[in-house]
Amino acid sequence: MDLRPVELGFVTTFLTVVVALPIAALVWASRADGWSGFWYWIRQPEPLSALKLTLVMAALVALTNAVFGTLIAWVLVRDSFVGQRLVNAVIDLPFALPTIVAGLLVLALYGPKSPVHVHAAFTRAAIYLVLLFVTLPFVVRTVQPVLHELDTQMEEAARSLGARELVVFTRIVLPSILPGILSGVAMAFARAVGEIGSIVIISGNRPFRTELASVWILNQTQSGNGTGAAALATLLLAISFVVLLGVGGFRRLATRHERA
Amino acid sequence: MNKTKKLIPILLALTIVPAAAASSNLSLVAYSTPKPAMAKIIQAFQQTPAGKDVSFSQSYGPSTNQARAVSAGQPADLVFLSTGDDVNLLVDAGLVAPGYGIAADTVVVFAVRDGNPKHIKGWNDLLRPGVQVVTPNPFSSGSAKWNILAAYGAERRLGKTDKQATAYVQNLFKHVVSQDTSGSNATNTFLAGKGDVLLTYESEAINARLQGKNIQYVIPRQTMLIELPVAVLKKSSNKDAANTFIRFLKSPPAQRLFVQYGFRPVNKSVKNPYPSRPGMFKVDDNYIGGWRHADKVWFDPKSGRMVKIEQADGGPTSG
Repeated sequence: MDLRPVELGFVTTFLTVVVALPIAALVWASRADGWSGFWYWIRQPEPLSALKLTLVMAALVALTNAVFGTLIAWVLVRDSFVGQRLVNAVIDLPFALPTIVAGLLVLALYGPKSPVHVHAAFTRAAIYLVLLFVTLPFVVRTVQPVLHELDTQMEEAARSLGARELVVFTRIVLPSILPGILSGVAMAFARAVGEIGSIVIISGNRPFRTELASVWILNQTQSGNGTGAAALATLLLAISFVVLLGVGGFRRLATRHERA
Repeated sequence: MNKTKKLIPILLALTIVPAAAASSNLSLVAYSTPKPAMAKIIQAFQQTPAGKDVSFSQSYGPSTNQARAVSAGQPADLVFLSTGDDVNLLVDAGLVAPGYGIAADTVVVFAVRDGNPKHIKGWNDLLRPGVQVVTPNPFSSGSAKWNILAAYGAERRLGKTDKQATAYVQNLFKHVVSQDTSGSNATNTFLAGKGDVLLTYESEAINARLQGKNIQYVIPRQTMLIELPVAVLKKSSNKDAANTFIRFLKSPPAQRLFVQYGFRPVNKSVKNPYPSRPGMFKVDDNYIGGWRHADKVWFDPKSGRMVKIEQADGGPTSG
């Protein structure tokens, strides 16, 4: 696993240009008025409330994806039905769609003129729905390949020894796909935290009610408050980083037997 | 037959191409609403002797975005923005000389549902129980700033004190059900069926109607006369052409086109078909004190009145 200096150099340069420098610039901008400016903005009730809502929504969406994404992956790998390949192709569509279009779709479907009489637009429920839409592919796509590779002989052996389906799933299947689920959950969480295109259409953007951190940041950049925008963005990034580290740590813990 | 019809616009486009290769190119950076009007006005300009050698590159978007892009270096010879506030941004950046011209006017209106079922006529009707109002977020939208200053100014015109008029704005925000990031997003929200009233520009409402949208509006007796600024950039290499174009903008042919697209003329020799109101006021009105003052008092992200009003409305506890 020794990296030669040339490879290491390429990797470091690439990551610096693409990730590290922009983040450093963000942190730098957030303290343009000194640390007191940074502290001031991250203690204001409106950005804090937006931040809280963002994190709660992203967590809910990530958890929902953990369950339903796994279920979808299971159905796509283990079952066979007419139109399966079509469904499989549909999963990636949310990635191909500009998310502002996702917002318009949810608005048309669940807005005040809803053809199905579900009036969720401009509420937190709408935020949840649209975030589910844009994050759908992550867990499905991280779990699917693992399920494909999984040897079904172990499951059959367990069943032949009298294990019930639930036990087979939790003791044999789940441990293998858990790392995939966790990777998907982490990506879905991060993606939900950063989403804005669909949100500006669907949330109604009411401070303290449906305003998310991304939209607050957008508004502040528009009113010339670059410091406030950068301060909340930095805090958001730091929290997301800790969450991603946590998920990564949990993943390591769950797969420790493989490295033993 | 059908094919020849389709060919006509293509042929027309081809005849315009030689003009585009002409001597000077003006780059115009403007806010979104005037786009269809400007297309016609530029065409008309290019048919005049002064404009026949001038080609245009045009950019349209939310006003503040456009002003920020120009101040960050987007090339522009002239800007056409929705608030004096956004021009001030360029003045502060040293890109535009203080004192700008006005290309057209419009007013703040109430867009309402078919047949005005909630009988919305004046500002106080917006505070009746159950009335839902849509207006964009004042921290991202120029249109929202006009709306708020119009609400405040209207109350002052009705004889309220500064405190009472500010309280009115605070109460108004209890009725606001959506604060979109831009005026056009707010229009979309309203057209999607949310709310009873949309606070918007008369020109935006007329523009939506021209596009076939079903929208009706009421002009309140007290309302803000919105002046839409146009300015030439100091560093423009085509100042002469830019100034010629601005003179054309204020001339009767261009003003009549503005009128067709729902704007009010600034040239007295062009008939204004849109109804006047007894209580019209401007942002320079004593109560409001001009853009610089209003921006500081109302929209400062730290200490502006709107920061407090948003807090009192949503309140951390009632969230």
